[in-house]
Amino acid sequence: MATITAANREAHWARTRNLMIIHLVIWFVFSYLVHWFAPQLNQFTFLKFPVGFYLAAQGSLVVFVVQLFVFAKQQDNIDRQFGVAETD
Amino acid sequence: MAFFKKGTTFIENLPRIYGLYTGGFLLFFALMAWFETLGMKADTIGVLFVSFTVVIYAVIGWLSRTMQVDAYYVAGRQVPPVFNGMATAADWMSGASFVAMAGGIFLGGHAYLAFVVGWTGGYVLVATLMAPYLRKFGCYTVPDFIGTRYGGNVTRLCAVLVLVVASFTYVTAQINATGTIAARALHIPFEVGVWFGLVGILLCSMLGGMRAVTWTQVAQYIVLIIAYLIPIFWMSSKQGFGVFPHLVYGDAVSRIMELEPVLQVGVLKPTGDIAAQFPGLKALTVLHATPGEGPIAAWRFITLTACMMIGTASLPHILMRYFTTPTVRAARTSVAWSLFFIFLLYFSAPALATFTKLQLLDPNLMTSIIGKSVEEVSQLAWIKNWAAIGMLAIKDFNGDGLLQINEFFIRGDIVVLATPEIAGLPYVISGLVAAGGMAAAMSTADGLLLAIANALSHDLYYKIIDPKAETKKRLIVARVLLLAIGALGAIVASFKLTGILGAVAWAFDFAMSGLFFPLVLGVWWKRANRPGAIAGMLVGLAAGTWYLYMVKWGGMVPWWGMDDLRFGMVGAAASVVAMVAVTLMTEAPDKETQDMVDEVRIPSGKTILASQH
Repeated sequence: MATITAANREAHWARTRNLMIIHLVIWFVFSYLVHWFAPQLNQFTFLKFPVGFYLAAQGSLVVFVVQLFVFAKQQDNIDRQFGVAETD
Repeated sequence: MAFFKKGTTFIENLPRIYGLYTGGFLLFFALMAWFETLGMKADTIGVLFVSFTVVIYAVIGWLSRTMQVDAYYVAGRQVPPVFNGMATAADWMSGASFVAMAGGIFLGGHAYLAFVVGWTGGYVLVATLMAPYLRKFGCYTVPDFIGTRYGGNVTRLCAVLVLVVASFTYVTAQINATGTIAARALHIPFEVGVWFGLVGILLCSMLGGMRAVTWTQVAQYIVLIIAYLIPIFWMSSKQGFGVFPHLVYGDAVSRIMELEPVLQVGVLKPTGDIAAQFPGLKALTVLHATPGEGPIAAWRFITLTACMMIGTASLPHILMRYFTTPTVRAARTSVAWSLFFIFLLYFSAPALATFTKLQLLDPNLMTSIIGKSVEEVSQLAWIKNWAAIGMLAIKDFNGDGLLQINEFFIRGDIVVLATPEIAGLPYVISGLVAAGGMAAAMSTADGLLLAIANALSHDLYYKIIDPKAETKKRLIVARVLLLAIGALGAIVASFKLTGILGAVAWAFDFAMSGLFFPLVLGVWWKRANRPGAIAGMLVGLAAGTWYLYMVKWGGMVPWWGMDDLRFGMVGAAASVVAMVAVTLMTEAPDKETQDMVDEVRIPSGKTILASQH
């Protein structure tokens, strides 16, 4: 594809990388950080669940699922913006 | 069967085909339930459930037969994202997820939830770091990517090595599971059940490769998710928790937490040598929702989570599913759908574990056994049935005639199977659950066997040994290898050597030790080069294996509580250090390779490897 300039590629990759970092930060928080503090979080309740237990049994999972649908949409928008998306 | 003709009609017809199939399966279930009321025996129902579903998978496998290379390796790259999501979910959820997860939570409490978080969160890594880029690459197998990105036969061979070690560890456990379920449902000896299971698995994959595996896995997902959810909904509504219990089981969790101090869970420990008296059985000694205190407990939780997640993103049988989507965009949405379909089972497992526990503990419920008289409890039908085959035991150690928490022993694996009986559901549910467990184990075994056989036939045979081989010869070699590896797996399983090959978790640790960083850095670090990748794979695999050996058999004290399930932490750390260090000490890759990485990073344009290669 001759139309994609080097500068365009670079800008596209910078945005792609930033999006990846944002999503991995969210992933890190819900994979590790909240579970590290599970004993403390268990002192609170959510829907009558102790929060530390809830996050491991359901909360983190819901975040991951929603996050991936949002990620797919966002990355597609970036690809389109820089003209590197696949033709529909 | 016009449905199965290649081309747009089949793909457009998919929702209708699988809709009909789902309806047909539910009808079969209703029919069995009706037969039970007419007096059909539980055994016959089990046989019908398992044989009916296996025959259907075999028919789909036969209809999907192919002699085309891209259909055999990547299902012709035309699998829509939602269906690929279902196939991945079936590929992913093994017999262990289906049968053992709820039981693990039942016995292990909060600490076991590390598996639930780990086996879902890994998909965030798959989507952001891997799947879309591997799809753009256009490879047939994972070593195909490593071999082309870094170049060289040695590199390709190292990737094949890691793949075979990780996947073979996993596949014997799955063949073992199909054997166990087939043996129990069909009343045949375990050794015969293993071979029966293998025949079923091969019928799904041999003739049609990835294409056949894809369409059978979708069918298997539908069976396994129905089989997991129906008992939960049914039981929950019967016990008065509502039809959709997932949102409201907080009540049950708090009730368990109230009861635990009363029943002295975690305080009363079994006396004497339980392992010798009741092999494989455990008493409930861990609190349900209360995490262990202190940094070591927290560290153990997050290291297990990390191993399962990074392992997920490195396991070739999962990654190769995303080679089958029509576009890069579809690969991304497909990862999201995969996780959604997996989520349906994984967020149900803790609910199931909670209900089962509450039913046994809460003295206000009819089903409770703890605190009741030992004599009365040992007369219950489900206690008698499972105790007869050594899956459960009760013993009145203190002789007070009452059953205490440390006098009831159970095998974690039977929680899913026994729960319908505890709740007094009809036997048709047990048949359904057996069919679901079979589907879960078969679909995973299929994906794994195909990953191994494809790596050997495509990367080792075609790319290294005989690059001039004709299509026909390549596909025959692929099938012979599939048969041979399947047979080897079944032999290992039938000799019951799986205990030696270890836990399913090891497969994740092996994969992350050898493959994670070479795969990720291949896309995300343009500077990464061939010597670095080889060092990363070999040092990672060696360090991980060494640590596993030392901790498991060598008598070494685990570092910071990282036992044999977590050896991937050591392997992956060694892998990244070796890969970065060696890369920086050697020359940067040539311009051609760097341009290739640039092309991989954008979705548009041609794939790196031709569609038939």
